[in-house]
Amino acid sequence: MRFDMIIAGVGGQGILTISALIGRAALAKGWHLKQSEVHGMAQRGGAVQSHLRLSDRPIHSDLVPRGRARLILATEPLEALRYLPWLDPREGWLVANEEPVRTMDAYPDPSALYAAIRSLPRHFLFNADALARRLQAPRAANIAMLGAASPYLPFEPETLEAALAAQFARKGNAVVEANQAVFRAARQAALQAVPSPSAPP
Amino acid sequence: MSSSPLLLLGDEAVARAALDAGISGVYAYPGTPSTEITEYIQQDPDAIARNIHRQWCANEKTAMEEALGMSYAGKRALVCMKHVGLNVAADPFINAAITGVGGGLVVAVADDPSMHSSQNEQDSRFYAHFASVPLLEPSTQQEAYEMVRAAFDYSEQLRLPVAVRLVTRLAHSRADVRTASSRPENPLQPASEPSRWVLLPVHARRNWAELTARWPSITAESATLPWNRLIPGSDRRLGIVACGIAFNYLQELFPNGCPYPVLKIGHYPIATSILDDFRKAADAWLFLEEGAPFLEAQIRGPFSMSAFPVHGRLDGRLPRTGELSPDLVAQALELPVSEGHPVPPLVAPRPPILCRGCPHADTYDFIRDVMAGYPGGRIFSDIGCYTLGALPPYSTIHTCVDMGAAITMAKGAADAGLFPSLAVIGDSTFAHSGLTGLLDAVAENSPITVIILDNETTGMTGGQESLSSGRLESMVAGLGVAPDHLAVLTPLPRFRQDNAQRLRAEIGHQGVSVLIARRPCIQIRKGT
Repeated sequence: MRFDMIIAGVGGQGILTISALIGRAALAKGWHLKQSEVHGMAQRGGAVQSHLRLSDRPIHSDLVPRGRARLILATEPLEALRYLPWLDPREGWLVANEEPVRTMDAYPDPSALYAAIRSLPRHFLFNADALARRLQAPRAANIAMLGAASPYLPFEPETLEAALAAQFARKGNAVVEANQAVFRAARQAALQAVPSPSAPP
Repeated sequence: MSSSPLLLLGDEAVARAALDAGISGVYAYPGTPSTEITEYIQQDPDAIARNIHRQWCANEKTAMEEALGMSYAGKRALVCMKHVGLNVAADPFINAAITGVGGGLVVAVADDPSMHSSQNEQDSRFYAHFASVPLLEPSTQQEAYEMVRAAFDYSEQLRLPVAVRLVTRLAHSRADVRTASSRPENPLQPASEPSRWVLLPVHARRNWAELTARWPSITAESATLPWNRLIPGSDRRLGIVACGIAFNYLQELFPNGCPYPVLKIGHYPIATSILDDFRKAADAWLFLEEGAPFLEAQIRGPFSMSAFPVHGRLDGRLPRTGELSPDLVAQALELPVSEGHPVPPLVAPRPPILCRGCPHADTYDFIRDVMAGYPGGRIFSDIGCYTLGALPPYSTIHTCVDMGAAITMAKGAADAGLFPSLAVIGDSTFAHSGLTGLLDAVAENSPITVIILDNETTGMTGGQESLSSGRLESMVAGLGVAPDHLAVLTPLPRFRQDNAQRLRAEIGHQGVSVLIARRPCIQIRKGT
């Protein structure tokens, strides 16, 4: 088993939490893991990304080589496109949030971004913020993204839900359950949109 | 080794190893990518229970000296910083090699090739070489743990500080790490040889002569350590010298083993015997170094017509600047590089910005209002979130060079006749390196206006305690700034005109003025 992915977004969107959750799930599986993060100045509203590598054998590089990411999980549509050279051209999936984060004047027309995302052979584009708001958990858009990406991740949903429970345990049951509800709804949305994504080996 | 691995950043692996090696204190000033070493120790239940020293220091120099003091007293200390922090700490770092140490002293320095969050990409290996201090360079989080753990024993055995070099991609990457059991701290056992520790010329000459005399044996004996090793390969057309994390990229490219002989480097200086053996194993060398072509330049020497072909960053096989990647190493080895999809042209860069509601934005607003009336004026700035004031929509500041340079450059420019000359500096940066510069300005009553952006935290690195909090006015007044020209402003839109008026008045003052623009960072307010 070997699974490389990139998580992309804007500083402050909770990318490190998504990374940490997948890390917990990987440890629960007994897998090796490397997870490269961005700290420092870019966290102030800049473009941030996390390289995440999972394997049942030792992993060498902390960075994903180009063309090797099986999944790009993007919490923002412009950021979804920034790391396309890393996406595996044969079997890579792009799962992206529709909700733009406009931090600069020269922000492109969102419909052009959506068109570029839809031109990829394997993609799922949806509004994670709207889903999280609908479930009265507006700060859980990152968890919605994890749910939407979960069909493409090499985990059973129960493993990810257990990671959620462990991650948010100290914030109490209500927070855990709210996050799990967002996770499930987003996963369902992804499965309905793309019925049977090829399971990773 | 523990049965279940921990998921640790490279920084955290350093911290865990230092705790397990029995440190009695960590000393540091926050700086990306090194901050999480100290933060891990601050939050670790074991460190709290043992009450080891873990408070932030004013700057890297004070941190290094305090750590040296703890080492003098016989206990083990870890001091950590980003690469440019070692410039600040260079004086005690270099002289600690002349005094030597008591308890193990490990200096963890995190370099930032590609300048993800820094103003240069200097390579700390030069400093260790310059100081005659051994340096260890891990390639993985596991190795970071093992090296730091070993570095404390090594330091006590050599009676020298030992440096450990991290780079961003190791410091800020998590991996599973297996740890060993922890051992007790050293007892209090202060040094008792004044002639080692009092660096009068008469003592320093002797200590330095001893150190330089020992250096060849330290170098030769490093061959018995596990950190530099030759991995045989059948294709002798190329030998690859892989330093630190560059070794990972090489392994990534050859999952079933590299056909070329490889010299994995994790310890500097490198024993000549290993270099000789590797010279016999290959007909040419390729250097993979994360950072500067430090070894490559030494081996290449000054002669461009060397009979022995050497490749790397200096002959264009790899880029001269910036960090390595598996793809760049693949290109250097003429291996195919896979590509995903091209980036569509509409993808615009997204630079970082000040947070919505940031107090610095309001301060820059009133500064701009005033400076619109002084087209010849300049605003000297400093290191922190507020450096983003150089970018639109603020476009307010003119310089940012190093910690503290706002005040001193403003003074120098005022000395040259520039008017008005303003300095903007954060509260934590002021505590780090602003005090002495302000003293220079007070001593000469320089016509400068200093605006201290007091958000009551060290914002850019994630909200660490600022040592000036709660004592900033008394610090400034204590340096001799006149009370009439020291004021605290509140940077909020509703005070924009009042604040501008006060700044205009202070610009008119022919001497030092200090305005403290105080409003807490919105990130720390969120956290409370």
